[in-house]
Amino acid sequence: MDWLEITVDSLRGSVSLVAAAYALSSIGLNLQFGSAGLLNFGHVASMLVGAYGMAIVVDLGGPLLLGVLVGVAAAALLGWLWGITTLRLRADYLTVVTLSFGEILRFLIRSNWANPFTKSVYGIQRFADEFYDWNPIPDGDYGFEIASNPIRFSERQLWVMSVCWGLAILATLLFRSLMRSPWGRTVKAVREDEDAARSLGKNVYLYKQQALIIGSVIGALGGILLGIETQNVYPDFYIPLVTINAFAIVILGGAGSVWGPMAASIIYWFLFEWLDGVINSAMTEGYFGLLFEPADSGRIRTVLLGIGLVCLMVFRPQGLFGRRREVILGGT
Amino acid sequence: MSGGLLSDPKRRVLVVAALAIMTFTGSFGWLWDGAALGQDDVDGQQIRGVMEVIEDEERRPVEGVEMIVSADGVEIGRVRSDASGEWSVQVPEAGTYQVRLEVDTLPAGVQLTDPERVELSAVQVREGQRKTVRFSLGPGFTKSLSTLESLSNLVVLGLRLGAIIALSSVGLSLLYSISGMFNFAHGELVTLGAMLAYLLSTSPGGPQWHLAAAVFPTMLMAGCIGGLMEFGLWRPLRRRKTGVVGLTLVSIGFSLFLRYLLLLIFGQSPKPYKNFNIQDPIEFLTVSTPPKNLFIIGLAVLLLLGGGMLLRYTRIGTAIRAVADNRELAESSGIDVHHVFLVTWIVGTALTALGGVFLGIGESVEWDMGFKLLLLIFAGMVLGGIGTTFGAMVGGFAIGFLVEISTYWVDVQFKTAIGLGVLVLMLLFRPQGLMGLRGRIG
Repeated sequence: MDWLEITVDSLRGSVSLVAAAYALSSIGLNLQFGSAGLLNFGHVASMLVGAYGMAIVVDLGGPLLLGVLVGVAAAALLGWLWGITTLRLRADYLTVVTLSFGEILRFLIRSNWANPFTKSVYGIQRFADEFYDWNPIPDGDYGFEIASNPIRFSERQLWVMSVCWGLAILATLLFRSLMRSPWGRTVKAVREDEDAARSLGKNVYLYKQQALIIGSVIGALGGILLGIETQNVYPDFYIPLVTINAFAIVILGGAGSVWGPMAASIIYWFLFEWLDGVINSAMTEGYFGLLFEPADSGRIRTVLLGIGLVCLMVFRPQGLFGRRREVILGGT
Repeated sequence: MSGGLLSDPKRRVLVVAALAIMTFTGSFGWLWDGAALGQDDVDGQQIRGVMEVIEDEERRPVEGVEMIVSADGVEIGRVRSDASGEWSVQVPEAGTYQVRLEVDTLPAGVQLTDPERVELSAVQVREGQRKTVRFSLGPGFTKSLSTLESLSNLVVLGLRLGAIIALSSVGLSLLYSISGMFNFAHGELVTLGAMLAYLLSTSPGGPQWHLAAAVFPTMLMAGCIGGLMEFGLWRPLRRRKTGVVGLTLVSIGFSLFLRYLLLLIFGQSPKPYKNFNIQDPIEFLTVSTPPKNLFIIGLAVLLLLGGGMLLRYTRIGTAIRAVADNRELAESSGIDVHHVFLVTWIVGTALTALGGVFLGIGESVEWDMGFKLLLLIFAGMVLGGIGTTFGAMVGGFAIGFLVEISTYWVDVQFKTAIGLGVLVLMLLFRPQGLMGLRGRIG
């Protein structure tokens, strides 16, 4: 087992577009869950409508920018829909409804009925050529080597990565200024004690609704960039597991913390790739014998993710950078 | 219920340990079985199968049935079964394939026992593997059905799904009302039940009992596993005063862990039980259905009534309702809240596991069967009124019924979406559910 190679590969993974897109997307979830205390188990739906909104518009012949706008608008609409169905009810309805929404959407785009627009299970490909035409970075291979293990990116990868990390930083700055504004303080007050906020004359419903919409839009941007990078959207990518990845990142970073999602996404994808490398090479070297087959490596990783999430919640609910006092996850 | 067997702590530990060992060794039997199948390697990989009708212990090959193998929508090959019913398709590489049976090519008098399973959507083929897939065919009524007949058959299927949902939702609903938490790992308990029964009845590594004999031990084992989870996970968390949000997140992490663990052990392809698989339909009035469906419905109704009685008229039932109503008050009036939780977990998990066995009998055993059902269970709970156990039962039946009936007009692929659509509409227009109280929702 080549530990150095695995580690360098994982370092590469930790700054890759997937990490950037999840960082961006998780900032949206952090706003909903960390700041406003809304347990949104359908975050993947924001990413789905963003990516599909864009892909469908381009596929029908529209320009990419219009597609991005449509995706973002659809995500805002989704946030609003979540709000009107659940926010007047007790908080735990939100978990069930958001999870269901995500699955309904996935079933819909998957169905033959939606085939003219979504191409059902085949998905839509090659819709982001325009984005790569804007690439100002000259052709080439960029990167360096660590003990002859390369960390390299093509000009395409570098372009989409820089855009995505740039957006993630912008979203983080937006998040920070929102949280420092009266709006952010009110949202936190609503999270801590809804009745107190209401008795001070704040429209609790409205604040939650706004948090849902803004979070959904940021989440959609993550989904859009993930779609641009792969140039491929298909329904079965958008399973609830994506939401859980985002939750793991938010909690690891510390729910409600400003730079938490970005830092945690880097750490999370480093661990992800590292585990992947270790499990795979253990498998090729036959450490598991006949116990597992090659297809199992992703499953083992997901089992570990589940254990990790439970342990994180039990032993360090405030994550790496969160403040215990501020975290709604309870515990004393 | 648990009073006698589990009251003494020492005995409690012993029972739990014995069960853990049984489950553990059992799952290894499974793994070895799966690994042994991998030895059957030849050059290249193929997907193959045998088309045959099994009627009164007699196998009759079916010739000329067309099979289509594709990967991600791209057709790899199509063949017809030969005179001995066999067919095989070479596939280029290891991966996931879809296998579809062309229903039109089935000869008269032969039908899929489960008309919905015309396509196996995730057939995993390993390098060099000769992968056998199975479509179960039965002697069918090939005469075209009238509207009334198809609707009345759907009614039976709807009641069956409703019974399964209702059984599985009791535990979830009870736990919700006493702890205020949606247990997202509940779907995995459904799968666990179905798989334990598979282990005891069908798995080559298991004791190979008849499925009917395996049902009670399955419920017992599942109940103990439920108790173990309460002991090992939820009780310590409650002691630490973890909030509802934290508990919910733990449950979703736990569900992920359990679901993929079961996938690792069981493998990806759905497998049927060896018993009750193919049955001659019985006919009365306009309904024609295999007797197992009626058994499932009848048994579920009896158990639900029994559970309701237990909740209403026994001491522990009263205690559960008291804790659900007001935990502090119940605690201060001398009710052992931890005991109530433990009993609820054991009984709830046992019933849920039975729901899983029924689902496995009705369709087949699959690693994510419970997770798929969970969304419908939630829909049933909301429809009946969250936090009311009787509501959850009624809502579960109603959702199952609606979902199956809807397939008469709407494409089958929208089945789950219909259930979830009902959930959303209900929240918009009558959030307290059919039997709920307004005060509980806001």
